[in-house]
Amino acid sequence: MTGARVVLLLWLLAGSAAQAVIEIAPLSTAELEARYRVLIAELRCPKCQNQNLADSDAPIAADLRGEIRRLLEEGRSDDEIAAHLVARYGDFVLYRPAVQPNTLVLWFAPGVLVAVGLLVLVAVIRHHRRSAVASRPLAAAEQQRLDDLLDSCEKEDRP
Amino acid sequence: MKNLKLFIPLAIFLVLGVFLLRGLDRDPSELPSALIDRPVPAFTLPDLQDGTQTRDQSLFQGQVSLLNVWGTWCVACRVEHPFLVELAASGVAIIGMNYKDEPQAARQWLVDLGNPYQVNFEDRDGRLGIDLGVFGAPETYLVDHRGVIHYKHVGVVDAKVWAQMKPFYDRLQAARDRERP
Repeated sequence: MTGARVVLLLWLLAGSAAQAVIEIAPLSTAELEARYRVLIAELRCPKCQNQNLADSDAPIAADLRGEIRRLLEEGRSDDEIAAHLVARYGDFVLYRPAVQPNTLVLWFAPGVLVAVGLLVLVAVIRHHRRSAVASRPLAAAEQQRLDDLLDSCEKEDRP
Repeated sequence: MKNLKLFIPLAIFLVLGVFLLRGLDRDPSELPSALIDRPVPAFTLPDLQDGTQTRDQSLFQGQVSLLNVWGTWCVACRVEHPFLVELAASGVAIIGMNYKDEPQAARQWLVDLGNPYQVNFEDRDGRLGIDLGVFGAPETYLVDHRGVIHYKHVGVVDAKVWAQMKPFYDRLQAARDRERP
């Protein structure tokens, strides 16, 4: 994906997030508001677990949205705000966890599994092809028997 | 060799089975606290009983204590309360953080149900709650005599949970006793 597409995607996600939350007062600048929407879409509610902060109605999600607004107005960067929440609620709050020793499996296992699956697939296809080539044409007697069998099947099928 | 290959699906199944079986016992709502081995965050908050007084993190110096997060709006806290009263009677120091509550209702609760808390302070807007990583109530932290958090339990503390916490508590208490002159 190109950079522009990523931005567009985030913008669309943020748009849906903004509809889910009704805040009393908007942030002081449009730039902060945009960053706020991205942040609450990417941070997870610790109470309701499978919702982000934007979608959750839990009181703690409202509190954390307030905290993020406060930190944004204080001029903190997105990374600082994420770190602020991780320090209090753990890595759990990140929907996009950092690449670190305990998340290596999370990040790379899917790729490794797909690669292993492809290797197995290639091996199976090759094996299949080799055995197909190895199979010899039928001898005349075998061919005759096959034809007889097919004929008898056809006869049985007719009423 | 060919025969061994036949066992690969069985091996995969067994490995998956072990992981899934382990998953059954685990409660996904139980998050590890990010504050283990870190000091109780700095705060200055009003005392629940006497709103003119303020309390701060120095409360946790000099004794091993439990920090209990509660509120009158929290049904599970009502379930937990009698056990806290029991714990306090057995000599465990419990410090209460009245979380996002009405002070008047909270004081009445302590009159009606008994007061197991050494001290109670109010976190009305939940700011200290965020610093502590609180996401509901009740939550209980085990804090050593230097004010460092060693254990966190989310949910009701009852006899079963206390049996898990007690070894930590005893160890911290022993560490504190060794330091006492």
